[in-house]
Amino acid sequence: MYSFDMVRPSSVADAVSALGQDEAQALSGGQTLIPTLKQRLAMPSVLVSLSGIEEMKGVCREDNGDLTIGGGTTHATVAAEAAAHYPGLAKLAGGIGDPAVRNRGTIGGSLANNDPSACYPAAALGSGATIVTNNREIAADDYFQGMFTTALEEGEIITSVRFPVPEAAGYAKFEQPASRFALTAVFVAKYADGVRVAVTGASENGVFRWTEAEQALSSNFSPDAVAGLSVPADGMISDLHGTGAYRAHLVGVMTKRAVAAAS
Amino acid sequence: MPKDHGIGASPKRREDVRFLTGAGNYTDDINLHGQAYVYFLRSDMAHGKINKVDTEEASQMPGVVRIFTGADFEGVGGLPCGWQVTDKNGDPMKEPAHPVLAQGKVRHVGDPVAAVVAESLEEARTAAEAIELDIEELPAVVDMKAALTDGATKVHDDLSDNLCYDWQFGTDTETTDKAFAEAAHVTTLELVNNRLVANPMEPRVAVGDYSRANDESTLYTTSQNPHVIRLLMGAFVLGIPEHKLRVVAPDVGGGFGTKIFHYAEEAFCTFAARQINRPVKWTASRSEAFMSDAHGRDHVTKIELALDADNNFTAVRTDTYANMGAYLSTFSSSVPTWLHGTLMAGNYKTPAVQVNVKAVFTTTVPVDAYRGAGRPEATFQLERVIDKAARELGADPIALRRQNFITEFPYETPVAVAYDTGDYGATMDKMEELMDIPGFAARRAESEAKGMLRGLGVNCFIEACGIAPSNLVGQLGARAGLYDAATVRVNATGSISVMVGAHSHGQGHETAFPQVVAEMLGIDESMIDIVHGDTSKIPFGMGTYGSRSIAVCGSAMVRATEKIINKAKKIAAHLLEAAETDIELKDGQFSVAGTDKSVAWGDVTLAAYVPHNYPLEDIEPGLEETAFYDPSNFTYPAGAYACEVELDPETGEVTIEKFVSADDFGNVINPMIVEGQVHGGIAQGIGQALLENCAYDENGQLLSASYMDYAMPRADNLPHMANYTVDHSCQTPCTHNPLGVKGCGEAGAIGSPPTVVNAVIDALQSGGHKVEHIDMPVSPSRVWAAMNG
Repeated sequence: MYSFDMVRPSSVADAVSALGQDEAQALSGGQTLIPTLKQRLAMPSVLVSLSGIEEMKGVCREDNGDLTIGGGTTHATVAAEAAAHYPGLAKLAGGIGDPAVRNRGTIGGSLANNDPSACYPAAALGSGATIVTNNREIAADDYFQGMFTTALEEGEIITSVRFPVPEAAGYAKFEQPASRFALTAVFVAKYADGVRVAVTGASENGVFRWTEAEQALSSNFSPDAVAGLSVPADGMISDLHGTGAYRAHLVGVMTKRAVAAAS
Repeated sequence: MPKDHGIGASPKRREDVRFLTGAGNYTDDINLHGQAYVYFLRSDMAHGKINKVDTEEASQMPGVVRIFTGADFEGVGGLPCGWQVTDKNGDPMKEPAHPVLAQGKVRHVGDPVAAVVAESLEEARTAAEAIELDIEELPAVVDMKAALTDGATKVHDDLSDNLCYDWQFGTDTETTDKAFAEAAHVTTLELVNNRLVANPMEPRVAVGDYSRANDESTLYTTSQNPHVIRLLMGAFVLGIPEHKLRVVAPDVGGGFGTKIFHYAEEAFCTFAARQINRPVKWTASRSEAFMSDAHGRDHVTKIELALDADNNFTAVRTDTYANMGAYLSTFSSSVPTWLHGTLMAGNYKTPAVQVNVKAVFTTTVPVDAYRGAGRPEATFQLERVIDKAARELGADPIALRRQNFITEFPYETPVAVAYDTGDYGATMDKMEELMDIPGFAARRAESEAKGMLRGLGVNCFIEACGIAPSNLVGQLGARAGLYDAATVRVNATGSISVMVGAHSHGQGHETAFPQVVAEMLGIDESMIDIVHGDTSKIPFGMGTYGSRSIAVCGSAMVRATEKIINKAKKIAAHLLEAAETDIELKDGQFSVAGTDKSVAWGDVTLAAYVPHNYPLEDIEPGLEETAFYDPSNFTYPAGAYACEVELDPETGEVTIEKFVSADDFGNVINPMIVEGQVHGGIAQGIGQALLENCAYDENGQLLSASYMDYAMPRADNLPHMANYTVDHSCQTPCTHNPLGVKGCGEAGAIGSPPTVVNAVIDALQSGGHKVEHIDMPVSPSRVWAAMNG
């Protein structure tokens, strides 16, 4: 990697200030950024580590029932601490990567990166979560703007993510054999006012909602409800590990399985 | 009672203590005083004409010691190929130059263009970014058949085309054609043996050192065969005589064939150390390993099997395109020919076997031996076509194989080799017993009740190991002898150092080899150590590959130990004042037959080094013997494998539910180590069958250039140990080596890929899917596509 300076502020305010420097880059768990640096694919002048900011860590049930997770909270912590409140989300977090990844990687880092095959974007979009940053709140529906693209501004930090807790939710992931990221994965969440279905791994535009399935499941929350539905293969990722047609097919299968697994 | 010491016992691997506690000494652990680091600037295009490599600005960068380009190697030899294949017209194969650093053209992604030597790796890497490359992109040559069409872009401009050789072997065309014309049934299958990257845990490393004091070069390197590297690099590349060149391969973290070969980086570090009079170190990143380690397999094959009306095999014919990559790696030319064609008879008494191989140059990483080397390719096509034939004929796949087994030994195949011994029915019996074939129907029903398909795959395999009789391989084009060597040095107190030509990089030689010597002498294994991996310490042996270590080097060790025993008996006879012919050695005691007179091992060894009471007029003091062993034939391990897969018809995902291997390795020195070798081999075979895929796009870009896209087998891809049995109880000892051993290192990787694919096809057929073949890796997407094609 190229040389860089590193700071480790202890407050969001200090982090925001540090990110105001030229070519500054936020570092959370580093599960994507560190390999990128090692390959010399990024050349920040200063890395602003968010790992020392206590106010960005933890899992908290709000008075209104929402679950708020600090942006710097690791996957392992979410898997452990969200289990009692939002088991579908905890299960998703516990299935990301491997133990080393889960003990370093954070929810804020994952959502800021918005890898098209990552798990968390499906949970955030599928839950209709709110992405809370240092200066605003962004609805998940407005936040994800395509592969590796989000509504975040330069230097903006995800301080927390607020999840409305559904009556039931499930996540079904079909893993890419090499990376074990999602080849196609589906998160479903059943709320009083309807079901949300979010698909990751499949589309060239990143995570997306499958509205047709949402409608069908809102009237009948059972695996059979999506049996006849399909998404078009156009716009699906086609690569070494599967064609667009295969991914489109998996969207249906994984949706069914996510519903079956919902709790 | 299992034995607790000597041959047949399973002591824990003594080397594992250092491996598992971080006390190993790998090449990357070697850091020499004044050492500089090299970073190789590699081509990011598959094919291009080098117009200019401008290093001027880069040379001024901080920390740079010197930058080398292809021009610096103009007076230096190229990397040699160790096997001359003669094509079917009697012409030698085409052998293009393989410079240490690219000259004139780059020919694959990863081809080194320049080498920056600097005070630190980071400085070298930064300077490399300042090198100005003017490389004019040329069309990539990726598809082998397209590479052979008229007007195809040539990988090597000085050759007439991209065909390295067109080889034919075995039964003549007239006889073969006649057998196919007269056949009652012919089964044909076209298939791909997928390109693989070996991926040893330890990437390649080289440290070159030069001593101006005595004009000696030393290369520390991740090699399976230090003497081979010394021979190739010293004689063919750098022109350094043996006595001025030492090659050390210390602890090596896995080889799988890919560390047999002599690589450019080894020659570079040795050369550059002399040029700058400082040690030069290179450690491959994993990314570099993907684009510079020799790859494996990559055959495109059409196989045909002819049968008579009684389902007897009457002929086999194979037409294979074998990818050589951009240059000929050390043993690349021998893999699709002599290591592949000679095994095309398999376990079967097929009277006509013809093998046709076209070896092709492409703008890809060179391809060479990888665990099994040629034999997995032979086994896969043969056992796949037999399975297809069984289905077409409505025959039981086990019965069809049994009916065609070779049952009398020795057996001369139509493809040159002579199997000395074997019992293929016995391994099939053992496999059937362990697999519980009669219980399969019930297990299939259970799977189907869950909505899954279940398939059973069986196959046999044979391999040729213990490579090789030097006079035979010499006739076939090998440019080296393939004996091995051992020196047994008995010390004064009776402890022993055995210096061996074989190299241990995970095989457990340090544990297993002493078991043999201990058994022969009747002393404790802890008194014996194995020394390997340093040309300045060991005799000129040829190293470890082709499952040869115990069969060839082990035999040399036996011969040397026999010489020790003979001399020790002379000493004992003198000490006991008895006739030498009356001396018996048992449990470390020399005794006079029929008396209670004896002398201990340690008394004899002490007498050899403190020869106060010693027959100096008859024999020399000391107790050290060397033997070279050149085998009279290959060894022929064989086996029967089976597995059951469950296939999810919704996703195409395949899981292995049960796996049985029944191998015949002849005699076994350490059963635990043998079983570990088979487990590892099967893991790699399952990896090839289900997961691993080294893929290039049409522009010659490596698509699977990291673990994000190259799927290695992991523990959860393998069957649970409760459903995973590796058996080696069927033993027909090799008839021509002193230990009766055959070798076990590659069997699992050879035997398992067709097992898995046969099972997948069986599962699909059971679900009504008329799928005859899916190319490896049988990934979920490929299975789904086949089901929905």
